[in-house]
Amino acid sequence: MELRKIDDNTWEIPKEGEMRVPAVIYSSARLLEDIRRDQTLTQARNVACLPGIVRYSYVMPDAHQGYGFPIGGVAAFGLDEGIISPGGVGYDINCGVRLLKTDYDESEVTAKRKELLAEIFREVPAGVGKGGVTKLSRSVLKEVLVRGAEWAVENGYGRAEDLERTEERGRMAEAEADGISERALERGIPQLGTLGAGNHFLEIQKVLEIYDETAARTFGLHAAGQVLVMIHCGSRGLGHQVATDYIEAMENAFGVAGLPDRELVHAPFMSPEGQRYYRSMCAAVNYAFANRQMIAHWVRDVFARVLGSAKGMDQVYDVCHNVAKVEEHEDGGRSRRLVVHRKGATRSFGPGRPEVPARYRSVGQPVIIPGSMGTASFLLAGTKEAEGLSFGSTAHGAGRVMSRHEALRRFRGEKIRDDMARRGIELKSTSWKGVAEEASEAYKDVDEVVRVSDQVGLGRLVAKVVPIGVMKG
Amino acid sequence: MERYRILPHTADGKFQAFGRTLEEAFGNAALAMASLMWDWEKVGRRVRHFIHVKAIDREQLLVKFLSEIIFLFGTKSFLLGRVEGLRIRPEFSGLSLEALLEGEVLSDAHELHGDVKAVTYHDLKIEACDGFTVQVVVDM
Repeated sequence: MELRKIDDNTWEIPKEGEMRVPAVIYSSARLLEDIRRDQTLTQARNVACLPGIVRYSYVMPDAHQGYGFPIGGVAAFGLDEGIISPGGVGYDINCGVRLLKTDYDESEVTAKRKELLAEIFREVPAGVGKGGVTKLSRSVLKEVLVRGAEWAVENGYGRAEDLERTEERGRMAEAEADGISERALERGIPQLGTLGAGNHFLEIQKVLEIYDETAARTFGLHAAGQVLVMIHCGSRGLGHQVATDYIEAMENAFGVAGLPDRELVHAPFMSPEGQRYYRSMCAAVNYAFANRQMIAHWVRDVFARVLGSAKGMDQVYDVCHNVAKVEEHEDGGRSRRLVVHRKGATRSFGPGRPEVPARYRSVGQPVIIPGSMGTASFLLAGTKEAEGLSFGSTAHGAGRVMSRHEALRRFRGEKIRDDMARRGIELKSTSWKGVAEEASEAYKDVDEVVRVSDQVGLGRLVAKVVPIGVMKG
Repeated sequence: MERYRILPHTADGKFQAFGRTLEEAFGNAALAMASLMWDWEKVGRRVRHFIHVKAIDREQLLVKFLSEIIFLFGTKSFLLGRVEGLRIRPEFSGLSLEALLEGEVLSDAHELHGDVKAVTYHDLKIEACDGFTVQVVVDM
């Protein structure tokens, strides 16, 4: 495929054939080697063919092959002439990351980190087939779907000020529970308040390095050694079922003829099918916000119990990295509302945007980019330029480069645990096999991903954090 | 005859399943998917679920059939051990499938080693050549 180099970190697939717009890839030459190895670029080109696409089909630096849309893909569509696609959001709707700060220094936590982790492991259900402790009725679940983290806070999980530090204030207002199937509800009932498995994790971290003092201070990060907690999970089986249900509904309504890939099935945004999917997707987004809200609450409880206090454990932010949202963006010199799909991509709004919480509006929104298990993660700040470059979006993590199968062949969970212990990182998991599958060698170099993000201007580096305790589902 | 083969895939789970008939290939695809989560050969036959799904074409039928197994695992902690009496029939507007799924409810006696979350159309293939081969990628 023809790839035109624009600069060291920007590449373009020129418009050709059925493409309605060109595709733009933000990547270093090194990351591009991985990107070229799988179907990422073909998928980015397929996205560029979809009706109503605006500007470009964008690819973030951590991109890899997904279903239909690439993971690390961003695409926006006009509301009237454009489409919405479950494949542009992904199966784990509102898979995302929440970051809590503490006022503890590493020195106050190190001796107790084993106990902290063991207690968190007891409090937060995780792993395959593991249900939650909260038994929900159908009517309460529907309330969760409509009200998201707001429901959780009202029911004693966390603090009211957590909401203003959550994307969408923890609740997408367009959510409707009526379009959620019985099957999705059934899958959702036992899993609220659970971490899940796969690449989902919970980490106790410490700040390693601060790059931008002003932004770090604004986000509540003061110095190297400060202890943080990061939670990475999503909407569990409920979100997956919503995606499965609406892919089928759209196939049945519009057929699959002419699609280069059936995972690209879509509906006009304003059609009944498009609207039903959008409102149901918003409900799944809310479920995931409530999920992370509950987990954060239990983590604070454990800190209070083990260390005597959860004081200062404020939420830094909570970001979605699998979502479609209606947002205001510039297009051809005028501002218009678009439905922006971010699949494995994080919103990265800069200073001044009304969506950014007032307390962060001078520096841009916090962008949380988790690394792979046991490696560094990063805190970035959104930028004004990103709006022009990528509809205000950047990367979402490291991105896999090795199959689970291959990782299992090469690594052993117990050995990874011992290696991490030698580096001062405590690890607890429900499955050693799962640990082997998530070996950091199976992922891209997250340092390189955030470096590109910073250089291009998609998100500005604020701080680097490293784990001291890891809980893997 | 080999029932299935697990293939390498960067982010998720991929497999091919084989059968002399389409029905047999679908049944083996169910076992292949189960093998990504638990050892189906060690699962008894104490619980039965009868399933019936309808679809517009064979591809959708396969996705919906395999999705049933994920659904039963997620909501009833059902571990599939065996597929009986799988029948595929033409319908007025597509196809239907019925089957009896036999297995057990998850207990401490079982070990889980993976979480299949959804069945995708990515690289999905159903080929008739010397019997049937189906290929599926699942989201893990």
